[in-house]
Amino acid sequence: MSDQKPVLHVDSLVVEYGGRVAFRAVDGVSFDIAAGEVLALVGESGCGKSSTARAVIGMEKPHAGEVLYRDRPVPPLGMRTRPAALTAIQMVFQDPNSSLNPRIRVGQQIAEGSRAARARGVDTEASSHWLTAVGLSPALENRYPYQLSGGQRQRVAIARALAAKPDLIVADEPISALDASAQASVAAMMRELCVASGAAMLFISHDLSVVRLMADRVAVMYRGRIVESGATPVVWANPVHPYTEALLDAIPHPNGEGVLPAAPASEAPSSWRIDIPEALDRVR
Amino acid sequence: MTALAIRDLHVELGQGRRNRTEVVRGISLDLVPWRIQGLAGESGSGKSMTAMAILGLLPAGGTASGSIVLGAADGSGLELVGMAGRGYRAVRGNRIGMVFQDPSASLHPQITIGSQLADGMRAHLGLSRAAARTRAAELLALVRVPDPAEALQKYPHQFSGGQRQRIAIAIALACEPEVLLADEPTTALDVTVQAGILHLLRDLAVQRDLAVLLVTHDLGVMSAIADDVAVMRGGLIVESGSRQQVFQDPQHPYTRELLDAMPDAQDSLVDAPAADSAADHPEETR
Repeated sequence: MSDQKPVLHVDSLVVEYGGRVAFRAVDGVSFDIAAGEVLALVGESGCGKSSTARAVIGMEKPHAGEVLYRDRPVPPLGMRTRPAALTAIQMVFQDPNSSLNPRIRVGQQIAEGSRAARARGVDTEASSHWLTAVGLSPALENRYPYQLSGGQRQRVAIARALAAKPDLIVADEPISALDASAQASVAAMMRELCVASGAAMLFISHDLSVVRLMADRVAVMYRGRIVESGATPVVWANPVHPYTEALLDAIPHPNGEGVLPAAPASEAPSSWRIDIPEALDRVR
Repeated sequence: MTALAIRDLHVELGQGRRNRTEVVRGISLDLVPWRIQGLAGESGSGKSMTAMAILGLLPAGGTASGSIVLGAADGSGLELVGMAGRGYRAVRGNRIGMVFQDPSASLHPQITIGSQLADGMRAHLGLSRAAARTRAAELLALVRVPDPAEALQKYPHQFSGGQRQRIAIAIALACEPEVLLADEPTTALDVTVQAGILHLLRDLAVQRDLAVLLVTHDLGVMSAIADDVAVMRGGLIVESGSRQQVFQDPQHPYTRELLDAMPDAQDSLVDAPAADSAADHPEETR
């Protein structure tokens, strides 16, 4: 990945919301993702990970900094159809109920993804193929979203994104709506399909145990900044930033030992806010 | 000493005679003071409906049969199955407290925290306005909400998610219940906040002589604070026992499947960098 150009390059991204006194949700975030690589963005709710994702796909206009997809800036989404080239960026949202059209059959919604791929001159498979790929029966093609369970709906949303043969997948909490027993397998499936097709993936999750499973690299966000980043096993084995440490210590492990996870003394110690340069881009 | 005894509980849902589904198919469980009884299972396994049946809050058309006895098992206890709505009102929120997944849905957005805490105490315990207010502040201190006196004047939106769940727990404890039902109490929270709530629940069970029923799909949470664990599937308890036994020596194949499905139990899918392969199994090194 070193000599190749990254698929996505984000540099000093700032996202702000609100009127006179703007709220800075993302405060100078930078990262790259290479082809076939999964970068996970983790952190508590409100840390700015979703705002980062929205800025990456152009749903939010950056206040400062830049987002480059294949060396070209991603223009803000408007009412018009996106240029065909940009349909290679696909998004999977947290809530399939709001991202699927309730009045269109599942098969046709996936076909919309395939159409986007063909418009770019990329060959793609039929809807039934993608349903099988995400572990659903092709017979579900003729169903409407309401006839499926929550987990099946999210798999459909993933199938639709994949059918467009994306080059960059942005997945914002794609598995948190799923049953605990299905989360690991869907995450594994997403990684497999992404790596197999050589796409880059920005995977956002607050579930750290799933991130450990499937991300090549991880970036830990706190209050709008990346406080620690690097190869997932490295960050896991030896966190440097106090926030990363607290985050990892707070995961309860299902080992039957009855050990309470470490709880921070107060809800947010001030040490979590400090910048530690060595904690960034860790390879060892 | 049993605080709540469930015997052969069945729950049926659905409208009319035909379209009925039995979602709980005969389960028995004892809740004991000081102990946290975990109830695990996938969604649709009937774990939440068991909690709702205890509270008499089944959806319209839902019926419970079997027996749920609150209090002593020697006949002086109170049978909850088949009890009328009026009788239930004296139990719910009074002798049985409850905490749900989403504190923003269980707290009233337009009423101050102080009033929401005081309401139950004035209705059930007949406290005066002033006395209820004093106790409300004590309760907020108990669940470790900072500046209790000031917090009483505030509205739910002025608190973080974790603080809101602490407030919901304070409301559940307001009338000194014997039993606390917690249905996915930390599922909506971040891990660091979750850890704080787990500590609180663990401490409260002992401090307040509570028998706790913890319903959750998160086996990590279960392993952290439950004393006893029951695993539900398809409306039946397929395995139950002490925490150690269920987690470390599961007998039922389904329990084993559930434990193996946890991301924690699996190896990373990422090819480990050649440098150090020990990093591949962080739990062992941590």
